[in-house]
Amino acid sequence: MSALLALPVFGLALMAQTAILSRLTLLSGCADLLLLLVAAWAIQERVRTAWQWAIVAGLFAGYVSALPWFTPLAAYLLTAALGRFLTRRLWQAPLLTMFVVTLAGTFLSQALALLTLQVAGRALLWGEAFNRILLPSALLNLMLAIPVYIFTRDLASLLYPEKVET
Amino acid sequence: MKLLSPRRLQVVIVALISLGIILLALGGYLRFATDRLNRWLVEAQAWVSTRYMALTDFLTMPREVSTLRQRNAELEAEVARLQAQIIELQQRVTETEILAALVDFARANPENTYKAATVIGRDPSPFLNYVIINIGSNDGIRPGMPVVTEKGLAGRIDAVIAEAARVQLITDSASVVNVRLQNAATNAILSGSLTGELTLDMISQDVNVQVGDVVLTSGLGGGYPPNLLIGQVTSVRKLDYELFQQATVQPLVDFDHLQYVLVITNFKPLDISPLLPAPTP
Repeated sequence: MSALLALPVFGLALMAQTAILSRLTLLSGCADLLLLLVAAWAIQERVRTAWQWAIVAGLFAGYVSALPWFTPLAAYLLTAALGRFLTRRLWQAPLLTMFVVTLAGTFLSQALALLTLQVAGRALLWGEAFNRILLPSALLNLMLAIPVYIFTRDLASLLYPEKVET
Repeated sequence: MKLLSPRRLQVVIVALISLGIILLALGGYLRFATDRLNRWLVEAQAWVSTRYMALTDFLTMPREVSTLRQRNAELEAEVARLQAQIIELQQRVTETEILAALVDFARANPENTYKAATVIGRDPSPFLNYVIINIGSNDGIRPGMPVVTEKGLAGRIDAVIAEAARVQLITDSASVVNVRLQNAATNAILSGSLTGELTLDMISQDVNVQVGDVVLTSGLGGGYPPNLLIGQVTSVRKLDYELFQQATVQPLVDFDHLQYVLVITNFKPLDISPLLPAPTP
């Protein structure tokens, strides 16, 4: 059920991403809603479908983007892995975890995209990419991290209700 | 005694009093009393009338307030509807202006056939300058077809599905367009960048490139039709120790607010890669 829910959630998120968020740029960077959803879902303690969500998000983004399909898939899987790893260590500070995963996930996914483009033979200026795309994107992602975290937390409590001990 | 029976006496007395009062009144001696009486009557009438009106208001006002509230709500809804209509009409006017400009462009270039499309999204990756349009292979769109706006060249079709297509903008870092400088009468290569800036390269050192020179497609290489407007040169970088000059170009198309585009459907891009010499090891 929770895994299937990823389809409508990421379908809507992808629409919002391509139609709205990709147009709301800071310098040349923009927020990545799919990455934020993957990160926020992965750090929910009771959630057991973080990997499935990352795969769905990666495949959706790979289908629409001109990047090779495996690049967003790998980026989102790595972000989910980071989220699961940090949740076990920073379980008492979910918001801090969210910020760390968002920041690290942004750098990871953007670095992976840049690497793929570099391998594909594009002439890239890494300094310019860092200053004008990567940093503004990270800032926008951090700004969106809290609302996305709250949304996924509510969704997680709906799908995985806390067991009351009697 | 019969004549002065008590009953008759009463009648006579009343008649005399009445006659006296009438005579006094006719003589003007009762004006003071009548005036005071009239004032009391008027005051009483006013009091009764005021209380009656207050009572009527009290009984009818709640109904009127309710009616007024209902009417107010209706009018507010009407105002909101009209405001929404105004916004919609303003949007339509803007759309019509853009579409009229696109039609003008199509009329001015009758050698091509066009298919109009709406931009429905951008690539999720900030490193890529691609847009998604709402027409695809069902509308006869094929990869490689040039995409223009009323102002000039926007890009070309990169990938197509049945109902949509992805357009690689000329600002994308992988985009390379063969161009010519109208005033300098020379060819060059226009390439995009990660941040969407356009750079002209491969301009011979002996060519005099000026700021403001118009950049058009040259048609060389078969990737784009010739003479499509791209932009103007904004700065020139000429260093003696380099083989070629470089220049930056300000595109005429506003790529940040791309809403409608035209796909040139009768242009078939050529693949000249088999004709290019293979690099020697």
